[in-house]
Amino acid sequence: MPHCSNQANAWQEYPQADVLAPPQALPIDTVKVSAGFPSPAADYEERRLDINEYLVPNPVSTFFFPVQGDSMQGAEIFDGDILVVDRAIKPRHRHIVVAFVNGDRLVKRLHVRDGRCALLAENPAYPVLEIREGTELVIWGVVTGKFKRFSV
Amino acid sequence: MAIFGLFDNNNFYASCEKLFAPRLKDRPVVVLSNNDGCVVARSAEAKALGIPMGEPWFKLQEQARQHGIVAFSSNYELYADLSDRVVQVLRQFSPNLEVYSIDESFLSLDGFGHIDLEEYGRQIRERVLQWVGLPGCVGIGPSKTLAKLANHCAKKSLAGSDGVCNLLALSAGELDELFGRIEVGEVWGVGRKIDARLREMGIASVRDLRDADPAMIRTRFSVVLERTVRELNGVSCLSLEEVAPDKQQIMCSRSFGEPVYELDDLLDAVATYMSRAAEKLRGQQGEATALMVFLQTNPFKPDEPQYHPSMTVPLPDPTADTRVLVQWAQRVATRLYRRGYAYKKAGVMLSCIQPAGVSQGSLFDSPSSTDAKAGTLMALMDGINQKWGRGAIRLAAERRHHPWQMRRDRMSPRYTTSWADLPSVLAK
Repeated sequence: MPHCSNQANAWQEYPQADVLAPPQALPIDTVKVSAGFPSPAADYEERRLDINEYLVPNPVSTFFFPVQGDSMQGAEIFDGDILVVDRAIKPRHRHIVVAFVNGDRLVKRLHVRDGRCALLAENPAYPVLEIREGTELVIWGVVTGKFKRFSV
Repeated sequence: MAIFGLFDNNNFYASCEKLFAPRLKDRPVVVLSNNDGCVVARSAEAKALGIPMGEPWFKLQEQARQHGIVAFSSNYELYADLSDRVVQVLRQFSPNLEVYSIDESFLSLDGFGHIDLEEYGRQIRERVLQWVGLPGCVGIGPSKTLAKLANHCAKKSLAGSDGVCNLLALSAGELDELFGRIEVGEVWGVGRKIDARLREMGIASVRDLRDADPAMIRTRFSVVLERTVRELNGVSCLSLEEVAPDKQQIMCSRSFGEPVYELDDLLDAVATYMSRAAEKLRGQQGEATALMVFLQTNPFKPDEPQYHPSMTVPLPDPTADTRVLVQWAQRVATRLYRRGYAYKKAGVMLSCIQPAGVSQGSLFDSPSSTDAKAGTLMALMDGINQKWGRGAIRLAAERRHHPWQMRRDRMSPRYTTSWADLPSVLAK
């Protein structure tokens, strides 16, 4: 077992925080390490991958919505997934969309064909939602992706 | 010739509240000031009900029940994020832009004279509406004052169409007629007092002010109003301020959610405000040479004992170090504090601000290496707070949960800035 009493002592040297005492400089030192050989990979450095670039190419118009329910299982959208919704994309036939319908926020497959507009579920247990005259409908944005974290 | 555009969001706070809440679609919505006091924003439906700006919320209870008015506390986290998104969309339309307020930005359209500016304005509006979901209007003119007036015309449908008004497209006769119909008080920079004085002189409409003698306006009023007259005549006197000028004073004060009696709680509040002020100070690369602290009891409760002390102290060395500034602010607050009062408000102000690094070292200066280390530490604090959210790292003197914190009982979720607050969608 390496013993660490030195570190413990070092910490005890620091003064107690007392805001009414005169200013104490905190021991921050910018230590530059320069020893050994330069890395052979130094000329090949690239920026590490950032998941935002993959999931959110247009952050200005992108919003996140967690999912409640199982009506979109057929589109691989499950309860608890977080949807990536990009408002910059104009909604078209077959897009998965977030829609405001009669006061609810829903996720549905948009169907616009032959003068008929409907919101489809991707689970046979749920009915088709026909959009008729008088239905309050706002297509809020187009779903472009999803993400989820597992508990570990 | 200079060309300015002004983009202004309609009922900004109320529109933000409606964006994620489908049930609010056609409901009257109002947003309340700090501590849920007065109405500071109204949706179109609330305006139609005749609810005045600044009305105390407690006076609106009856009307609220009757018409189903929904009231929100100010959700600054949400408004700031959406405002930032709007500005980023606007930047796609002009590289030169001045963010004038949370819901207004000037765009320089110099060199855009050959294109159809109305069409351009419509594209701006449509893209902000589509990308961010917030409606707005565009005014275009040869000066900032005229762009602002054009925006007013667009908003009130006095001229232009589809929420866009370009005064450059109007003939002299059309402008005469339009300006004759608009009250002088609508002009940018004409406040209530100036408005009254102008009216006494028979200057009642925008047209009257535009045609007034600039020299006379200058002698009777000020150079500022003279400039307004020139701007109304299409002479651009105010340029785009792309970078906000550094502030000479930085103030941070709040009313408490509930009265504060104890010194400890006051010191907490003062530390928090000073930390925020110091962060702003470093944001403009400044150092303060003096600071002021004030305390206030509630002037609206005249039967309670009143006490409104303040004290300014010069600092021995100019500094932007939160630790030093908080210490001083707390020392001053301790001196000001008297037991037995119900404090309603406290604040701090940093003044005599100078650019960092120009100060002369004092005779009794501490070793200069500590300055460099303090700078590193402060930069580190600001970086952490930027990345992880304000207050992620703070002095032990600022407590996290405070009895004095602003009351925001009616706040909507922070839909776009907090993982816990994301708006869910139903898959049903």
